[in-house]
Amino acid sequence: MKKDIIKGKVYVLGDNIDTDLIIPACYLNLVPTIPEEYEKLGTYAMAGLPDEYPPFVRPGESKSEYAIVIGGKNFGCGSSREHAPVAMGAAGVRAVVAESYARIFFRNAIATGELYPCESVDRLCDAFRTGEDAELDVAGSSIVQLRTGRRFELRSLGSAAPVIEAGGIFQYARKTGMIG
Amino acid sequence: MTITEKILAAASGKASVEPGDNIWADVNVLLTHDVCGPGAIGVFKREFGEKARVWNPDRIVIIPDHYIFTKDEKARRNIDILRAFAAEQGIKHYYDVGTPSYKGVCHVALPEEGHVRPGEVIVGTDSHTCTRGALGAFATGIGNTDAGFVLGTGKILLRVPATLRFVLNGRLPGYLMAKDIILRIIGDIGVDGASYRAMEFAGEAVAGLNAEERMTICNMAIEAGAKNGIVEPDETTISYLTERGVKELRPVIGDPGAKVERVTEYDVDSFEPCVAEPHLPSNYARARDRNDVKIDRAYLGSCTGGKITDFLAAAGIMNGRKVAVETYIVPATAEVASSLDSEKIGGKSLSAIFREAGCMDIAPPSCAACLGGPADTFGRTHGNEVVISSTNRNFVGRMGSKLAPIYLASPLTVAASAVNGRITDPRELL
Repeated sequence: MKKDIIKGKVYVLGDNIDTDLIIPACYLNLVPTIPEEYEKLGTYAMAGLPDEYPPFVRPGESKSEYAIVIGGKNFGCGSSREHAPVAMGAAGVRAVVAESYARIFFRNAIATGELYPCESVDRLCDAFRTGEDAELDVAGSSIVQLRTGRRFELRSLGSAAPVIEAGGIFQYARKTGMIG
Repeated sequence: MTITEKILAAASGKASVEPGDNIWADVNVLLTHDVCGPGAIGVFKREFGEKARVWNPDRIVIIPDHYIFTKDEKARRNIDILRAFAAEQGIKHYYDVGTPSYKGVCHVALPEEGHVRPGEVIVGTDSHTCTRGALGAFATGIGNTDAGFVLGTGKILLRVPATLRFVLNGRLPGYLMAKDIILRIIGDIGVDGASYRAMEFAGEAVAGLNAEERMTICNMAIEAGAKNGIVEPDETTISYLTERGVKELRPVIGDPGAKVERVTEYDVDSFEPCVAEPHLPSNYARARDRNDVKIDRAYLGSCTGGKITDFLAAAGIMNGRKVAVETYIVPATAEVASSLDSEKIGGKSLSAIFREAGCMDIAPPSCAACLGGPADTFGRTHGNEVVISSTNRNFVGRMGSKLAPIYLASPLTVAASAVNGRITDPRELL
C-alpha cells in the first residue's frame, strides 16, 4: 500500500448517494479520456445534489476544496458511469470514506485509481461536518477528526487491496503478468 | 454450483468456483454504447497503443442509444468516435445512427439481434447489462476502464458472487406485471439488499413469464445492488432465442442442491400493483394507497418498460379511453416501434390506440428521458412535473430536473394513472 496520508476538508453526505447525484446524465457527453473534458467533468462533480447542499465546486473554480468525501451506506449506487469517480477525482477528491459501496462505483474507483474507496466501521457521516478537517491514513486504515482528535478505524480493503496498491486494473494486470 | 457459479467456472477454465473467489473470466460479448464507448475506446488506445487491435471484433457489439436525437455537439461527436472505431477495427456488430441498422436501446436490441446466449459471459458499459440474465447468461455492468481492458484482452477480473434465490410461487394475475414483482422485492430488501450478490429468480410465476418480462426483472437486479440477475433457461428461453436465429445453444442450469446464501419465497397472488415513490426504487407503496397523488406526466419507455409486452399492456388500458395528462411513448427499439403498428387489440394497432387516447406523438427509439440527458431530450423534465414512469430509476434529477419527482410503476399502472391523472391501481380500469 502506498504510504498515503490525505489531509484536507471533508464533504459529508448520507446513504445511497447515487451516480446521478455525483454526475448528472446531461454531462455524460463528456469523454473522461479527453484531457480538457476530464477537467470539465471535475467542475460538475456532485452537480446533481439538491440545491440546498453547499456547493462542492465553487462557481468559477475548477477544483473542489474538499479532499475527502464522507458517505453512509451504498455510496455510488445506480449507473456504471465511470464519469462518477472520474468527476470526483478530477475535482481533486482523493478518497471517499463510506460505510459501504455500490459494487460498480467501488470497482470503477479502484480500476481507474482515481480515488480510494475506504470503508468505515462506524457511521462517520453522523460524526463529521462538511468543511471540517480530517487526516486519512489509507495504509494505516484510520481517519482522524482533527477538531476532536478522534480516530476512526477503517475496514481492510480485502481482495481489492492488490489492485488499489498497484494503482488500477492495468497496473495490476501488468504486475501480475496478465498483460505485457 | 449455482448457474452463476457454473458459468463463471467454465469461463475461467476451472472445475469449480466458490463465492468470493477472484477469477479472470473469458468474455463472450462486450457491449458498449455512445455514453461510455468513447471513454472505453480512449482507455483501450491509451493503454494498448493507437494502433492496437481489439481482441476479437466479432465479440464486440456497439449499440448507440442514449443521446441520439439531440443537437448536442459532443453527443454527436461521440457517435462519430464509435463509427470510426468500428470501421478501424472491423467491428461488424455496430448499429449506426441514421441507417436502417439503427436499433435503439442496447439492452433490448442485444437479445433481439441474437447476441445473447445462455451460459455465456456478457459485460457491458452500462449497469443494466444485467438484463441479459433473463436468458440464462451471466451479465454485468462495468466501467470504461474495465471495458478498455476487455477490448484489448477479452478478459475480466471478477469476484464470484454468492447467490440470493427468489422463488416466486403461484401464477401472476393479469393486473400484475414483472415490474410489480421486482419493485416488491427491492422494497423488501432495499437498494443494497443484494449488493455484490447474484439474484436468481425461480418458481412457477417466473416460469410463466415471457422472455421480455424476465428481462424487466433481471434489468432491475442492479437496483438492489446485485452483480447479476439470472433466470435458468427453459423452453421459453430456447424458443425466444431460436426465433432470433441463435444457434448452437448450450444452456447451463444450476446443480440441484447447490448452496445459496439465502432463499426467499413469495406467493405472487398476494402481490399488488405498486409504485416506487421518489427518490429510490426501494420506496415501495401499493398503488391504491397512493391514489390521491396527482401526476402531470406519464412516461412509457426504456429497457425495462418500453418493450412490446409493455406497450400491449398499456394499450389494453388506454384502448377507447383518453389520457388526462401528457403521455410519452418511447419504444425501446426499432423492432418494438414497428410492432406498435403491427400488433393489434380488437383490430386496432397499438399506435392508433395511443394516438386516439391523446398520447404525444410516438418518439423514435432511444433511451430518451429515462436518464435525463441533453436539454433537448424527448420527454425530459425541466420543472417540477410529477411523473409516473415505466423506467427503472427515480433518483433526484433522474429524468432531467432535480425538482421533478418520479414514481416508478408497471406499464399497466402507468397507463391507468395516465387515464385518471392520478396514481391508479390498474384494477380500477381493467
